[in-house]
Amino acid sequence: MITKFKSTYGSGIEPLTYAGQNYMVVDRSMIPEILQILRNEEQFDYCVDITAVHYPKREKQFDVVWVLYSYSRNERIRVKTQILDGESVPSSVPIWAAANWLEREVFDMFGIKFDGHPDMKRILLPEGWKGYPLRKDYGILQQDNEWVQINLGIESGQ
Amino acid sequence: MTDSNTLAHLDLETPEKPFLDANELVINMGPQHPATHGVLRVILRLDGEKVLGLECVIGYLHRGVEKIGEHRTYTMFNPYVDRMDYVAAVSNGLGYCETVEKLLHVEAPPRAQYVRVILTELNRLASHQLWLGTHALDIGAITPLFYTFRDREEILKIYEKYCGARLTTHAFRIGGLQYETYNGFEREVKNFLSFFRPKIDEYEELLTTNRIWVERTKNVGIISAKDCIALGVTGPVLRASGVKWDLRKAQPYANYKNFDFDIPTCQNGDTYDRYLVRMAEMRQSVRIIEQAIEGLPEGPVMAKVPKVMKPPAGEIYHSIEAPKGELGYFIVSDGSTQPYRVRVRPPSFVNLQALDLMCRGQLVADVIAVIGTLDIVLGEVDR
Repeated sequence: MITKFKSTYGSGIEPLTYAGQNYMVVDRSMIPEILQILRNEEQFDYCVDITAVHYPKREKQFDVVWVLYSYSRNERIRVKTQILDGESVPSSVPIWAAANWLEREVFDMFGIKFDGHPDMKRILLPEGWKGYPLRKDYGILQQDNEWVQINLGIESGQ
Repeated sequence: MTDSNTLAHLDLETPEKPFLDANELVINMGPQHPATHGVLRVILRLDGEKVLGLECVIGYLHRGVEKIGEHRTYTMFNPYVDRMDYVAAVSNGLGYCETVEKLLHVEAPPRAQYVRVILTELNRLASHQLWLGTHALDIGAITPLFYTFRDREEILKIYEKYCGARLTTHAFRIGGLQYETYNGFEREVKNFLSFFRPKIDEYEELLTTNRIWVERTKNVGIISAKDCIALGVTGPVLRASGVKWDLRKAQPYANYKNFDFDIPTCQNGDTYDRYLVRMAEMRQSVRIIEQAIEGLPEGPVMAKVPKVMKPPAGEIYHSIEAPKGELGYFIVSDGSTQPYRVRVRPPSFVNLQALDLMCRGQLVADVIAVIGTLDIVLGEVDR
């Protein structure tokens, strides 16, 4: 399947395997098309997870990762793309309804926006919170002091 | 002169909806509510008693587990995963340890694998017992709570004897087990199984044909297999909708391929069917534990793993069938002693997304039943 993709799309896709797990690194511009094809033509009907990884030293700081599974083929695949800080990714809610909360969590933790998401807002942290905790430059003890002081009426949450 | 022409210049459009719809009501349930199983807030939009839609507000228990993982070594992070789904701590530990083992390219020795299966399946029983007790309590049946908690105690006693802890057990280590089983472990587990088998019948006697139970759960919170797949719902909820899919069979981990067991399914996808599926699952778990005890091999319980773990750079997604559904770990290693990124794919979080769909058109009282039947643990939803 991946070799077929490779021959159709050429340099935008790099199929890789690590420890027996297949994944492909896809160019940001081809993401909507590739995800759609995986869903419709390759029967990856279950979107297991969407997440991101932050690499602050890279020019394209973020990896966005889709973990997909196909019930009929009993097969997993991961799709990965690299994006710049501030760049958005097309939402996959129209493809898999499950993506809704998963994308909101990525936005909440990394500040990556998903275009076309029906309800792009924070999910685990409070609405007015400043900062994106899973970025590498966000310290483990760091918090939004202003939010804590106003909303909880205490000096610090530590 | 007040004919229609004179009013026309005012450009008064008839609103599609009346300014105030006296029938529509928005109410807030939780976060402190006994039937939300923790701190879940649900905003309900109602038409009288009928649910038009709802929105979940979550995050009250958010502790930043994934962030903590990036700041601890692989070994140090192990106890933290127990605190996500705290009623099935052993499953969390199994998923995490297996993922790191894959990164390290080691495998736990056979004896450790068997003990892992025994403890994980005991945990599935404990988790389903807690679900049954609280779910029935929400619906109004108090007795099952006492019965299930009484019997769950026996499982917790085995845990306590094995590793000293009852709930957040930290039972497994990366590479195997820290402790060899105690003297009489096999006998006690066997005794428990013969004690527990009739107890499942006892629970079923209380509920399966109980008219109140049936009326409150049949045709309540129906979800189709198609919707389950689209929403990523897994575990007993998926199986009750007719999809015969269990990671223990589909992509066997640990040594589940050595055991003979069935995947119970139902067709209607309602609350009653999910109850039946979980009851049948308990019986299957008993079968698995029985076989594991019979076949328990001798040998070491710990593989050769370095004291300071530095997995080679790479990334792994590995998932297991937790009592609630697919529990996945995505760990990125950069070759140092700490994970570069730990992502947990919690089954409760994804399953909870289906609550809105399952409750639409139902009565307010049914929302309680549906929250119960989804079997969520907020510690895992919020992490």
